[in-house]
Amino acid sequence: MSEPLLNIQHERLSFFTPAGEVKALNDVTIQMYQGDVLGIVGESGSGKSVTAYSIMGLIAHNGKIIGGTIDFNGHRINELTEKEMQKIRGNEVSIIFQDPMTSLNPVFTIGNQITEVIRLHTNKSKKEALERAEELLNLVGINEPKKRLKQYPHELSGGMRQRVMIAMALACEPKLLIADEPTTALDVTIQAQILELMMELRQKIDMSIIMITHDLGIVASMCDKIAVMYAGKIVEYGKTEDIFYNPKHEYTRGLLRSIPVLTEKEHRKLVPIEGTPVDLLNPPKGCPFAPRCNSCMKICLREMPEYTYITEDHYSACWLLQKEAYMKGGENS
Amino acid sequence: MSHEHEKKPFSLHLDVSDFLPADKEEKQSLVVMRESVSFWRDGVRRFRKNKIAMASLIVIILIFIFSFILPSFYPYGYEQQIRGSENLRPMQYSEAELARIEAGEKVFPHILGTDNLGRDMTARLMMGSRISLLVGLVASVLVLIIGSIYGAIAGYFGGKVDLIMMRIVDIIYTVPDILIIILLMVTLKYPLQDLASNVPGFGWISDIGIGLISIFIVFSLLYWVGMARIVRGQILALKEQEYVTAARALGASHRRIIGKHLLTNCMGPLIVTTTLQIPSAIFTESFLSFIGIGVQAPMPSLGSMASNAIGGISTYPYRLFEPAIMISLIILSFNLLGDGLRDAFDPKLKN
Amino acid sequence: MGRYIVKRVFLAVVTIWLVATITFFLMFMIPGGPFLAEKSPSPATLEALNRKYGLDQPVIVQYKNYMLNLLKGELGESIKQRGRTVGDIISRGFKVSARVGGISILVSVLIGVPLGCVAALNRGKWLDNLIMVVATFGIAVPSFVISTVLMLIFSIKLDLLPTYGLTSWQHYIMPVIALSFYPTAYISRLMRTSMLDVLGQDYMRTAKAKGLSQFKMLFKHALRNAILPVVTYLGPLIAYTLTGSFVVEKIFTIPGLGNEFISSITGRDYTMIMGTTIFLASLVIIMNLVVDIAYKIIDPRIKLK
Repeated sequence: MSEPLLNIQHERLSFFTPAGEVKALNDVTIQMYQGDVLGIVGESGSGKSVTAYSIMGLIAHNGKIIGGTIDFNGHRINELTEKEMQKIRGNEVSIIFQDPMTSLNPVFTIGNQITEVIRLHTNKSKKEALERAEELLNLVGINEPKKRLKQYPHELSGGMRQRVMIAMALACEPKLLIADEPTTALDVTIQAQILELMMELRQKIDMSIIMITHDLGIVASMCDKIAVMYAGKIVEYGKTEDIFYNPKHEYTRGLLRSIPVLTEKEHRKLVPIEGTPVDLLNPPKGCPFAPRCNSCMKICLREMPEYTYITEDHYSACWLLQKEAYMKGGENS
Repeated sequence: MSHEHEKKPFSLHLDVSDFLPADKEEKQSLVVMRESVSFWRDGVRRFRKNKIAMASLIVIILIFIFSFILPSFYPYGYEQQIRGSENLRPMQYSEAELARIEAGEKVFPHILGTDNLGRDMTARLMMGSRISLLVGLVASVLVLIIGSIYGAIAGYFGGKVDLIMMRIVDIIYTVPDILIIILLMVTLKYPLQDLASNVPGFGWISDIGIGLISIFIVFSLLYWVGMARIVRGQILALKEQEYVTAARALGASHRRIIGKHLLTNCMGPLIVTTTLQIPSAIFTESFLSFIGIGVQAPMPSLGSMASNAIGGISTYPYRLFEPAIMISLIILSFNLLGDGLRDAFDPKLKN
Repeated sequence: MGRYIVKRVFLAVVTIWLVATITFFLMFMIPGGPFLAEKSPSPATLEALNRKYGLDQPVIVQYKNYMLNLLKGELGESIKQRGRTVGDIISRGFKVSARVGGISILVSVLIGVPLGCVAALNRGKWLDNLIMVVATFGIAVPSFVISTVLMLIFSIKLDLLPTYGLTSWQHYIMPVIALSFYPTAYISRLMRTSMLDVLGQDYMRTAKAKGLSQFKMLFKHALRNAILPVVTYLGPLIAYTLTGSFVVEKIFTIPGLGNEFISSITGRDYTMIMGTTIFLASLVIIMNLVVDIAYKIIDPRIKLK
């Protein structure tokens, strides 16, 4: 296999706040190849956005990578200077944020904001950049692009603004596009349109996508692989089919139980995951999900489980899997 | 258990008992819940942690003691003109006083010196600070009462009532207040004098001082508009909240809804704005007294003391510094206190 | 836009009228007329003087006459400064005040904005703390204290700067410092807060994600947004400078409009009181209007109603 496009190895990241060290990422390992679409799923505070931001060096000033490495497209991201990072951002990797209402600068026109990124990373003249911006707006399905270029963000709807954000992100044809809950802030109908657009674009432009979401429906329809995160750790990783049809971690199972399925004939009860997420200021020493887990065992409260590989690219960190292996091992010996 | 201390357990080191289900208590013991605290307790805790705000609160308390309690124990009065003790430097004694000391008498020193009429500067500074604090507090309370009632009514009823009431606020807001204040300060003096000397039952006006009363009237006429706007804004936002609808559905009266539900919920911004109103009132009073239309002599005010000091500024610069430092200290501490309160009770306003 | 301006101008006219009316009736509440201070005029002269200035008529009639003249743009003649029109005195005083005030406003914006930015960018570091300590003290010191302390140090003790008048550039130094001290401190605090707010906004993260340099992020994306609160402060700043000018003009004996206003009140110079009040009020109100409209042009989000 060729070199991975993105290779995160054992990343640890903490935010140093007045209240103490918040361990946001705890040994995160992710590999992605050119063209992959990876979904990162988890609830708020699970570290899914932090993982993505750290690839772009967008972590807040009190956050520090305290362990591990990030390699992207031949750059060792965690060792680059700010200047070197600036050449990569918006060029080789770009991002779409959650809230299109606040992600565009209110006092500049759409045209100004799109051409800015084009002129920054290419040698295009102002006129060429405007032409490219118009082309991009066409690409993301905005009508009357000429007119829109002269408008201000507040004159556009939420869906339109997200399209503008996508156009801006695609301006320099990045190798990797990070979509940080791109549809959460939008109406349901607009959500579908934006997702459709992203799938379309993925086929038109050969790029990898990291889709961060808490909506399993979105990852099911878009992603090849899924990483399920909980409390700053990837608790299960696998192909989309593996995750949906053969979930191994109790948290993944819980997530799947909590989504409604319309096609099912019999009425299935939706099961919420009880309890609240862990406090990352004082993470427990055992499995972070243990207090909310229905199959919690004594060992879970005490020690963090290692990954168990179900197949080569499906693994999960759960003591239940270790127990199975142990019991089998016990029978065998 | 020995393997508990090992960092990376191998499955081989495990015990079958480890795989027994954990019970509820065991699970609960792991959940570290941060203590949930009420808005007020949380605010007070944050305020106490803020060293600058606590320090300014202590300074304010000290200034209060200095200006309200100390004068009753102080041997010199603010109006008392001591013959022969004119123009003394700080800690200097007059010849007469030196003679008394020679004679074995104890003479209290003029810590900050005396003025050209032989009045003890420390006593005057105490009285001047008292006036400043009084003006700041009373004016802010008046502004708070008038502004919040007006703003609450406008915000609560909305519609035409709101429109008309806020237009009035807009107009008063755009009036350059200082011009009207100066005019009012000059004009109000006469009817108040009349009232105090001719109408029985109004003698208290001259006790408090016509200048002071005028300042209170002027402030309550002009400065409430800012407060009214803030309260109205808060009420408009809060009115949409569910609990108000719930209270209305339960049949609560207008008065109860405004008083209990709405005002208590915009307490944070109210406290902060009121605290920050105090230094601005003190500022204006000292300015008026400085240009000679504020508090009337012989009542001292920090502004008029500074103004009086200008005549002898090259010989007696400390007469300027004493009130100047005092007024800056008062304004500074109230500003810092206000900032601290805002950080503690009104997190939304924080940067 | 047009409708908004018409509405605001109408409101401004109403406010000016209101100020004029209040001033007019308040003025007549002050006992004693403009001629009492003069060496006990005989009843006959007094009556003649009163008739000359129309002061013998009922107040309501005088009010009507004054307002009619005001509509024609006539402010009348000064009662105290014989032979000079109020308009003349105002325009002479205003030229002086506007120069000192204008320079002060410019100074406070040009120093306050950069200071606030520097503080915000160095948040929590010693430079930020230093600027904020100075600024916090700055907003606690009244202008009369600054003026007198400056005068004491630079004129009396060091003999470097002239104390009164306004004839050379050296004369401007102390009044300008005294007038711009508070606003500079205030603007730097305002700018710091608003800059910190803007730096935490999502669109700044977008700008960073585009690969923009620190410099470009700050000067293009942040400054334009962060300066908006400073623009809204310009209205109050003009009013503050006016207030400050009363004190500063008194201390440094500057023949400006603030001085004229105070002396007209103490001298019961009715026409001058009216003239200066209406002029200063209109000035502040109109400047506020201009600032509001400018704000709405800078910030495209605000639709003019």
